[in-house]
Amino acid sequence: MSDSIPQNLKYTKEHEWARVEGKTVTVGVTHHAQESLGDVVYVELPKLGATITEGKQFGVIESTKAVSDLYAPLSGKVVKVNDALTGNPSIINTDPYGAGWIVEVEPSDTEQLGKLLDAAAYGELLK
Amino acid sequence: MTRRTPLNEAHRKLGARMVDFVGWDMPVQYTSVIAEHEAVRTAVGLFDVSHMGEIEFAGPGALETVNRLISNDLARCQDGQAVYAGLLNDLGGFVDDVVAYRFSPERILICVNSSNREKDFAWMKARAEGVTPVDRGDEFAQIAVQGPKAVALVQRLTKADLSKVGTYRFTEGEVAGVKSIISRTGYTGEDGFELYCATDDAVKLWDALLEAGQPDGVKPCGLGARDSLRTEMKYALYGNDIDDAHTALEAGLGWIVKLDKAGGFIGKDALVAQKAAGVQRKLVGFELTGAGIPRHGYPILKDGARVGEVTSGTQGPSVKKPIGMGYVPAGLATEGSTFDVEIRGRAVPAVVVKTPFLKKS
Repeated sequence: MSDSIPQNLKYTKEHEWARVEGKTVTVGVTHHAQESLGDVVYVELPKLGATITEGKQFGVIESTKAVSDLYAPLSGKVVKVNDALTGNPSIINTDPYGAGWIVEVEPSDTEQLGKLLDAAAYGELLK
Repeated sequence: MTRRTPLNEAHRKLGARMVDFVGWDMPVQYTSVIAEHEAVRTAVGLFDVSHMGEIEFAGPGALETVNRLISNDLARCQDGQAVYAGLLNDLGGFVDDVVAYRFSPERILICVNSSNREKDFAWMKARAEGVTPVDRGDEFAQIAVQGPKAVALVQRLTKADLSKVGTYRFTEGEVAGVKSIISRTGYTGEDGFELYCATDDAVKLWDALLEAGQPDGVKPCGLGARDSLRTEMKYALYGNDIDDAHTALEAGLGWIVKLDKAGGFIGKDALVAQKAAGVQRKLVGFELTGAGIPRHGYPILKDGARVGEVTSGTQGPSVKKPIGMGYVPAGLATEGSTFDVEIRGRAVPAVVVKTPFLKKS
């Protein structure tokens, strides 16, 4: 599996990524995050329509050994959740930037995106 | 100071993720906890358990001395037999859980938990009547070879006839040219051996097992898989499921307590009294019927009131369910009883099930 950092995404220091697609932003966790977590066995997702707040916990991801909080890269309303994670959470391990996405958010303040790290800055963080 | 087993370098070369485990630098996983767990259930896995302690009693009266210290009965064993036992305090709670090896009535070796090595040795020294214990922990390395292909793998590397070594029996012999105690014991629910060898020989034995096991799909396994494997069997982990505050009867380990053994043992009086009065709380195995994973320390609720605590829990990789253990009032301990586990403020329903969680076909 490639551990390269996709150039087209934005990142948090807590290892979430955000991808802008039209009016919504898709959120997941990075390759580095899934690798340090180990086998993901459970994801607690927010409800459809829930409001999430930048920097605040919006869900929980559990591996065989550890429980970790998911932090929102930006504020907004959850318009889609990846229900596939309920039955098969391990897709976060196998495809963290693709099928392992977690939620899609309608941002309430798109300017928050500017505060996120770009690929180069996130790469620096991992060094 | 972090302590290292003689296999520390070997783990690093294999790309293990190392963690601190009660002061020991140990591999938690090499590739994936689930893959390592599966290797043990379907093929064979190797575990470095050299952090475990070994305490020896040697000399005339060794058996009688040890028998006063442990809850199980070595007098009922033959030479070459081992027993699982408790070292109990005066209240019947656990100082530790151990495996005692009877080489002869004059030589007993006790394998103790790494977290309790110093405590156990001091405790034994203070209470041993007769033979004085000797701490041999630094002289031994220990490698567990576990899984349906484990026996055949070890057999290929030794002249000892392993078909004659039954469960909880042991023999001495060379494995891959390394002098070993070959013990048919383990902590996974699978068949296999725990091999005790000299510290200096550990790398040779480990490498030989890894190489000879290649055709079997042998995998080095870390503490993560060790924990999920034992949890599926409802094997207790000291510090989680058993401790000094819960008695052997409460832990459901009455079978390792021989109240009628000659000479008695430390903690017996408390257990006799508890048995007569009735055990008020019990360690149960449960499955979550709602979503989530039970974890050590989560509250157990009945009708909103806290009645106990989860002692161990995981998403069982083989049983494919969220499973856990915990102490609950005796009235909630029967199979089919229901309660809730509080997970991040939510009450998630759970049901007491028959254990081990893993049903062997």
